[in-house]
Amino acid sequence: MRYVEEFRDPVAARGVLAAIERTADRIGASPEAPLRIMEICGGHTHAIFRYGLDRLTPGGIEFIHGPGCPVCVLPMSRIDECIGIAERPEVVFCTFGDAMRVPGTSGSLLQAKADGADIRMVYSPLDALEIARRNPEREVVFFGLGFETTTPSTALSIQQAAREGLANFSVFCNHITVPPPVRALLDDPHMMLDGFVGPGHVSMVIGTHPYDFIARDYGKPIVVAGFEPLDLLQSVLMVLRQIADDRAEVENQYARVVPEHGNPVSLAAIADVYAPRPSFEWRGLGEIDASGLRIRPAYAAFDAEAKFGVGYGAGPRTVAEPEGCACGQVMTGRIKPTQCPQYGTGCTPEMPLGALMVSSEGACAAYYQYGATDTRPEATE
Amino acid sequence: MTGAAPARSSRLRGSRVTMAHGGGGKAMRDLIEEVFTDVFRPPGDEDQARLTSAALAEPGARLAFTTDSFVVSPPVFPGGDIGRIAVCGTVNDLAVGGARPLWLSAAFIIEEGCEFDLLRRIVASMQDEAGKAGLRIVTGDTKVVERGAADKVFVTTSGIGVIPPRRDLQAGNIRPGDVALVNGVLGDHGATILAARGDMALGTDIRSDCQSLDTLIEAVLAAAPDTRAARDATRGGLASALNEMAAAAGVGVEIAEDTLPLRPEVRGVCEVLGLDPLYLANEGTLVLFVPEAQADAALAAMRATPAGRHAARIGQAQAGPPGRVTMTTLFGGTRLVDTLVGEQLPRIC
Amino acid sequence: MCLGIPGQITEITDPDRLMALADISGVRREVSVACIATPDLAELVGEWALIHVGFAMSVIDADEAEKTLIALRGLGEAQETLEAMAEGRSALEGTQ
Repeated sequence: MRYVEEFRDPVAARGVLAAIERTADRIGASPEAPLRIMEICGGHTHAIFRYGLDRLTPGGIEFIHGPGCPVCVLPMSRIDECIGIAERPEVVFCTFGDAMRVPGTSGSLLQAKADGADIRMVYSPLDALEIARRNPEREVVFFGLGFETTTPSTALSIQQAAREGLANFSVFCNHITVPPPVRALLDDPHMMLDGFVGPGHVSMVIGTHPYDFIARDYGKPIVVAGFEPLDLLQSVLMVLRQIADDRAEVENQYARVVPEHGNPVSLAAIADVYAPRPSFEWRGLGEIDASGLRIRPAYAAFDAEAKFGVGYGAGPRTVAEPEGCACGQVMTGRIKPTQCPQYGTGCTPEMPLGALMVSSEGACAAYYQYGATDTRPEATE
Repeated sequence: MTGAAPARSSRLRGSRVTMAHGGGGKAMRDLIEEVFTDVFRPPGDEDQARLTSAALAEPGARLAFTTDSFVVSPPVFPGGDIGRIAVCGTVNDLAVGGARPLWLSAAFIIEEGCEFDLLRRIVASMQDEAGKAGLRIVTGDTKVVERGAADKVFVTTSGIGVIPPRRDLQAGNIRPGDVALVNGVLGDHGATILAARGDMALGTDIRSDCQSLDTLIEAVLAAAPDTRAARDATRGGLASALNEMAAAAGVGVEIAEDTLPLRPEVRGVCEVLGLDPLYLANEGTLVLFVPEAQADAALAAMRATPAGRHAARIGQAQAGPPGRVTMTTLFGGTRLVDTLVGEQLPRIC
Repeated sequence: MCLGIPGQITEITDPDRLMALADISGVRREVSVACIATPDLAELVGEWALIHVGFAMSVIDADEAEKTLIALRGLGEAQETLEAMAEGRSALEGTQ
């Protein structure tokens, strides 16, 4: 597969790994005093474990798994609201697969589907549009979640629905943005990070300049990375070289896909359809200012919150996390999945306590699925 | 549609099954005769088939008995239909135990409104596939349920076979050092069904790999008589089959990602949907463990048969940890290959 | 939300709605090209783009891809040279 396989070449990998090792030595990193590099994006977390990069890189490099998993940071109350909408007999609720297993207070979308709600998994919001065209007597609601990578696709779909005058299509908007939670993490005095691997596909939309504040105001290097293993390794090397040279800059390793100023059509569609919410709740991080998007009044006809009277302001804001759930601490890199007391015992993929174990981007699910023998609690005979 | 021309003077009215066809009366008899028994021609007229086999009487021979239900949706897909996999699946369940298939039964649960033409097609596929394995469907049953109580048609097949004396294929026989082999490409069936369901709107030319593997297994056992065990990698894919075998044997298994045979289109479907090909269902792919000394002979035997053209060596059993399956990635790293939890859902992230 | 995969645009299917057919390793899917549209959509045929949830979101820059690969391969070749030198040395010293 073009533009994929070349970036999985194991021979080149050995070269990059050797360079990483040399540079880490030069900096004086060691397993006792590791360099802490945060990969912000859940897709990067998944790739690191799928390719075993955490074990290929030297012990002096520690990956801290960031909050870039939009499914994982969804508060339980939003899943409850989804189920509430989906249970209405006239509604066809369309969602990406990732969201189906996330637990709400009384079950997941998958369970609601088993209980009879018309919930359908789609690959694209365009598919939800088509379902709306073909089923004029049903109300089609699309669960719009994701960071800036996915935000343009729902915005463009809403614009298309408006052009066609579709009366039975709406979006339940849970889109969030990357820079605010990163800033919140950097402001946390307990957080000690040496550098960042930046989200490649978010940047494809927003460009590289939204991260300038990380280098300029906090003095940390950030390298925007692609998703193939060589992309990630090269990005780690670039972060290390900045640290070794005492630089703090925004660099673009994924230049073949990421334009410096982002994608104009996407950015225009986002600005046209969405406005920032004053604040939005992030599971594990609490309320963060201007980090969530809502649909503008001009497109209220396509806003599921307006149509169904749910969402912010309509109900209780915060649903408490289940007892013992430490998703928030894992998600902000304070503890590793294996340090959560529930990991592998009270919380497993079959019976998850929190989203990090059901979302395939979640750090816990990645550890559990791909982890080596030392991450799985031994079964007692 | 293959060989499914309706009888010249059909006694069946309309084009669809109704509740009357399940009533036990004339309509039901007409359905059973015209659609099922006129094609399968089971021996005798009684409810039960009465059969003998000299092979079963041989000292040391054992009877093997298996059953499976098939509920695939859509019932017809590129490369096959629910009937074909109902025969292949049961034949393969017998064959992976080292049994030579003798007889099959077939039971049908039909949803009110199911088209006769669909049933005729399914029956023709089953007759065709059974014939390839030298088998007959000797007994069966039909029921009709109300609309909504089944998804067009569900098929259950049971199979009886004979395990020749001194043959003992079971996962418990696998020892560290034994080599893991597959007979062909992975994931074709699972990818076909996903694309055929239409909700992802993906166009592909992939076809199900649905096929009977009894001839292939006999060829392997002739060339590698100390073959330890075989299993077909159906639901849950290769990963689940390997996990089951490793757990039963109390060994670890290590496989190498760069040895896994995969069509580029199946890789493509997996990349687009964020799926792992290790977990995609197969209907004509098995994994077997043979002693190292017989691995080359087993491979050569498979590659000489049509069902084993893409046979490959994929890994090896290890001393431990017991039940743990790991994979060295394309990249040189290692990762765990766990058993599938729940259903594999397409990823967007 | 990150899962994106390179695909090649093979034909324009609906110019008014900015829809095209993309080929991703033999898998075909209709995608929106709104994000990468040029005044003459036909120019997009043959281009490679990053496909995410049914949208072609960015044209892949072949030159940048080549530059990245050259840098990566350079590191790989340098490493192979170092390893070969090390093996050569140990052969000479009889420590292999």
